[in-house]
Amino acid sequence: MREPEFVTVVREKTVVSDGVVGLVLGHAEGTPLPSWRPGAHIDLVLGDGLVRQYSLCGDPADPSAYRLGVLREPDGRGGSSYVHDSLSTGDRILVRGPRNHFELEDAPSYLFVAGGIGITPLLPMIAEVDAGGARWRLLYGGRTRRSMAFLDVLDRYGDRVLVRPQDGHGLLDLRGFLEEATRDTLVYGCGPEPLLTALEDACGARAREMLRVERFTPREAIHDDRDGMFEVVLAQSGLTLTVGPGQTVLECVEAAGIPVLSSCQEGTCGTCETDVLEGTPDHRDSLLTEDERADGTTMMICVSRCLGERLVLDL
Amino acid sequence: MTSGTTTSSGPGPSVPVLDDDPFSRSFLADPYPRHERMREAGPVIRLSHYGIWASARHEQVFAALTDWRAFSSASGVGLADFRKEKPWRVPSLLLEADPPDHTRVREVMTEVLSSRRVRGLREEFAAAAEALVGDLVERGTFDAVRDLAEVFPLRVFPDALGLPEQGRENLMPYGGMAFNGFGPRNDLFHEAMADAARIQEWINEACRRENLAAGGLGQDIWAFADTGRITPEQAAMLVRSLLSAGIDTTVYAIGNALAALAAHPGQWARVHENPALAKLAFEEAIRFESPVQTFFRTTTRTVDLGGVRIGPGEKILLFLGAANRDPRKWINPHTLDVTRRTAGHVGFGTGIHGCVGQQVARLEGDVVLTALARRAATLTPTAAPEPRPNNTLRGFSSAPIRVEKAAVRSR
Ligand code: HEM
Ligand code: FES
Repeated sequence: MREPEFVTVVREKTVVSDGVVGLVLGHAEGTPLPSWRPGAHIDLVLGDGLVRQYSLCGDPADPSAYRLGVLREPDGRGGSSYVHDSLSTGDRILVRGPRNHFELEDAPSYLFVAGGIGITPLLPMIAEVDAGGARWRLLYGGRTRRSMAFLDVLDRYGDRVLVRPQDGHGLLDLRGFLEEATRDTLVYGCGPEPLLTALEDACGARAREMLRVERFTPREAIHDDRDGMFEVVLAQSGLTLTVGPGQTVLECVEAAGIPVLSSCQEGTCGTCETDVLEGTPDHRDSLLTEDERADGTTMMICVSRCLGERLVLDL
Repeated sequence: MTSGTTTSSGPGPSVPVLDDDPFSRSFLADPYPRHERMREAGPVIRLSHYGIWASARHEQVFAALTDWRAFSSASGVGLADFRKEKPWRVPSLLLEADPPDHTRVREVMTEVLSSRRVRGLREEFAAAAEALVGDLVERGTFDAVRDLAEVFPLRVFPDALGLPEQGRENLMPYGGMAFNGFGPRNDLFHEAMADAARIQEWINEACRRENLAAGGLGQDIWAFADTGRITPEQAAMLVRSLLSAGIDTTVYAIGNALAALAAHPGQWARVHENPALAKLAFEEAIRFESPVQTFFRTTTRTVDLGGVRIGPGEKILLFLGAANRDPRKWINPHTLDVTRRTAGHVGFGTGIHGCVGQQVARLEGDVVLTALARRAATLTPTAAPEPRPNNTLRGFSSAPIRVEKAAVRSR
């Protein structure tokens, strides 16, 4: 069974800090939104194959609204710039989910660490933990105070919250913060990769049992990575080619003078589909179904690569 | 024909104005010199006859097709503006929709026409092509349109869909309605719509679950209604999409490919020599003689296209067929070259509305041309092809040819 998928309407869009906008989404049909728990995120399906994941940062008890914080991504393209520049109140957006890979587990005490926009999934966690009376503290870092979103929401928690913008405080003192941890404290972290790695280091041997993190890896980044060389054997033409990093199989085959059809060159149209006789493709298209991927007997050579060292294609 | 220029509002260069009627019979019968005039007049032009914008250049057509946020389909991809005029039929859930509504149904349709599913059709389609083409080649002379292009898709596609046998003669007229329906209410439109009510009734019946045969694409679509991803109403509408978009297009495409190859004996010789080139030849023919010539978009905001500022809510006519012959993009665009690198042609559109049935279309083209390439050493036109005017489609009503049977080859 597929997860829920439904159309929402943008009810509010506000600037919540430098580079971050807050969105409030309601169900397009005015019905209650699917329920969720702190730590959950949803997919915004923005078209052109653009799917972006955002944590829900509002109140899980309110089925009429999803609240999100959206950071403008530095590369300037993709989903976040669309949300920032074009999306406006009243627009309709397709949503998938919610789903949760960052569940809030029961513990007598918590330490939260947020870097930048990583604050979003922690907000509902903090609200719940605080209401339940558990002990907790939050260490919140960001570039500058002005870039740090939702400081107003955090205000009411007083000195349980340590706001540490980098321009005034330098890098977060994770070790110092973690000294408060007792044997049954859970540490929840969300933010950029270097922060999470540092947090893992700081937890040391106990990371496995006490640390829960959520990583924000834009899908685009995964798809952009084209490294890795491999060999492609063209069975019909009797040629063996080497696909270099940064090169597609399609480019390589065309450069060898073999005419093949292609069109979109981004894995969305199916034109360049080619039979795979040997080897395991690394599928990066948006067309093949899960079954077809697992089968591995066909691939879109404009984007897909090789999981091993060698592919034999029916070309 | 006259032309002039006007200054667009605000800063920016003046915009050429042409008074051609791109839906007149004379334009449709001989579009290429007129395309050239429009293409060379500027990246974006005004067509005063309808008070609309237009582009015949590859760069701008491509840019508009890939920017659905600025160039919307939901107001109709024909001349009629659905915000102001009632469409002649309930708008298509795919073609005449924008995200997010478009996204969900498009995903369903992409799964219905999955690569595995289309591969599964190959054997049957190839056998039908071998049989039909085998008979025609035995005859020596035949009409590439009437005897082959109009026959083949109707022999295979309705069965693949699981349509009822009775009433299939309504399919071509329905396609005629759909594609003439994108134009103005000219005589082509009215002729096509003459029997509209009766034909639409048959179409609506044919799309119902109980009238579709088990194992066909129609039932595959309906199966998605059970999972809740689409509603039963949407399922019926998606079956309709396949009926209107999947038949005439391939009839025209196969006819155009055969006519083009007959007119270029050197190119046919290459395909005959190496039938593996058949699918490249079909693709090149779609570039060269694009079955779908035009589609409209409507601007959602002020946009800059090719340095021209267009205000919101404006209709713009995109000449796919002219973009596919733009010398800025193609070397020797008016020459058919079966090994040309055709990537980037917009004969199937591109972007989020890019043809969802293109692999089915390619399969049909491939099996027909392959069957013919194995059997016919030469194709020779015995009379000039007869254009068949349509407000959107380009093609012929007749293209008589003579074939020279090849010596038997093993393969
Ligand atoms: C050679 C034959 C064909 C040609 C030239 C062709 C051309 C096109 C073009 C240009 C579009 C884009 C429309 C736009 O941008 O507004 C399109 C869309 C579409 N085509 Fe085709 N087509 C062909 C065959 C088929 C077949 C066989 C099917 C069905 C199996 C099909 C189903 C569709 C559908 C449903 C759409 C709408 C997709 C959407 O809006 O997302 N077409 N086609
Ligand atoms: S060229 Fe479109 S999927 Fe590869």
